[in-house]
Amino acid sequence: MSRRNPVTGAFQAPRLIEHQSVLRVTCKLLVPFIIMFAVYVITHGELGPGGGFQGGVIMAAAFIFYGLVFGAARLVDRIPLRVTDFLMAAGVLLYAGVGLHNLLMGSNFLDYSALNPAHPSEGEALGMTLVEYGVGITVTSVFITIYVTITEPRFMRGRPENVKVTD
Amino acid sequence: MNEVLILDVLMLLLALVAAVAIIRARSLLAATMLSGIYSLLMALVWSNMHALDVGFTEAAVGAGATTVLLLGTISATGRLSRRTPSLDLRAGAVVLFTGGLLIYGTLDMPAFGDPYAPIHQHRVPKILAQNVGKVPGRPPLGMDPPDPAHPHPRDDFNGHVPNTVTSLLAAYRGFDTMFETAVIFTAGISLVLLLRRRDDDIVDAWDEREHEAEVRTPRAVAPVPQPPTRSHANLRHERAADDTKEGSA
Repeated sequence: MSRRNPVTGAFQAPRLIEHQSVLRVTCKLLVPFIIMFAVYVITHGELGPGGGFQGGVIMAAAFIFYGLVFGAARLVDRIPLRVTDFLMAAGVLLYAGVGLHNLLMGSNFLDYSALNPAHPSEGEALGMTLVEYGVGITVTSVFITIYVTITEPRFMRGRPENVKVTD
Repeated sequence: MNEVLILDVLMLLLALVAAVAIIRARSLLAATMLSGIYSLLMALVWSNMHALDVGFTEAAVGAGATTVLLLGTISATGRLSRRTPSLDLRAGAVVLFTGGLLIYGTLDMPAFGDPYAPIHQHRVPKILAQNVGKVPGRPPLGMDPPDPAHPHPRDDFNGHVPNTVTSLLAAYRGFDTMFETAVIFTAGISLVLLLRRRDDDIVDAWDEREHEAEVRTPRAVAPVPQPPTRSHANLRHERAADDTKEGSA
């Protein structure tokens, strides 16, 4: 499976995925479990090792794995660029929004106990969980964006006649 | 010699072998895989030191994300490096000198796990005792009044987040973590602004590609071998024509 077209020298997208059923089936089987594990890592960040960043990276790895097997074009079909762009900002906004909420409740910025004045410890736990969600959302979408961006030239290089593939 | 030390030495030796193999490998694919192995070994070393969060991050980022991003880069560029890297004595001398300095610096540090190290005497007790991120004495909702018959599991969760690392990162250093997230966000935004083509271009190119794929490999029909549309000779001819055209223009 050569990466370049032997005639034109242009990069060609891998076409043989239609024939690699083991890889395809394994990927489709694994991706939901990887995402499930990532959600577990994010939501249990305050109980054990891990947290938003690690869980976000694992979740992004699931999407990138899908992209490696099925191609970045199919990945972008599944999770459009507009969605990742939106989620990138939404994570940071969630984090800052928690702090802003605390500020509006009359407490210090990022003093999570203001989230639940009757039960400050619950507020702390809730605040940390929300903040970890924010980190996870941002990290996931940024890593997906990095992957899509660095693989994009494969589809974009040259004019369309250079992208054309001859077997 | 205790078991922890034996395991550490074993894994660090393996990591050293992997690092040297990364430098020597000519195939970039092999080097990428080896760097993943290196990261996994380092994650084991961190876990062996009970730094589980660091080990987790190393495994997720070093072995997972970095490997995948490098694979994506390789698939966009090439699979082999130009030539086998030779040994550069000057670079080796600089590396050995810096490494020696760093090892010399660690001689002043307290032994690993030494309970009388300054950090365990001053900083850590203070951080563990701080009440940011923890509201001691208040059991979580639905658990009060605490059941005196089974105090332990509730004590673990009693009024604070049990994982000290998360408690430190999310509450005690909440600003720090927020701006770290902002840095990651900035990286993503910069990528989008600098490297992404216009949306329409991408969609057009991908549509075209998908269309070609449909045309080329129709489902349930074996692909018919087609004669190449451009032969080597034709192409060379065309390129020469292009060159002369550009030269004259």
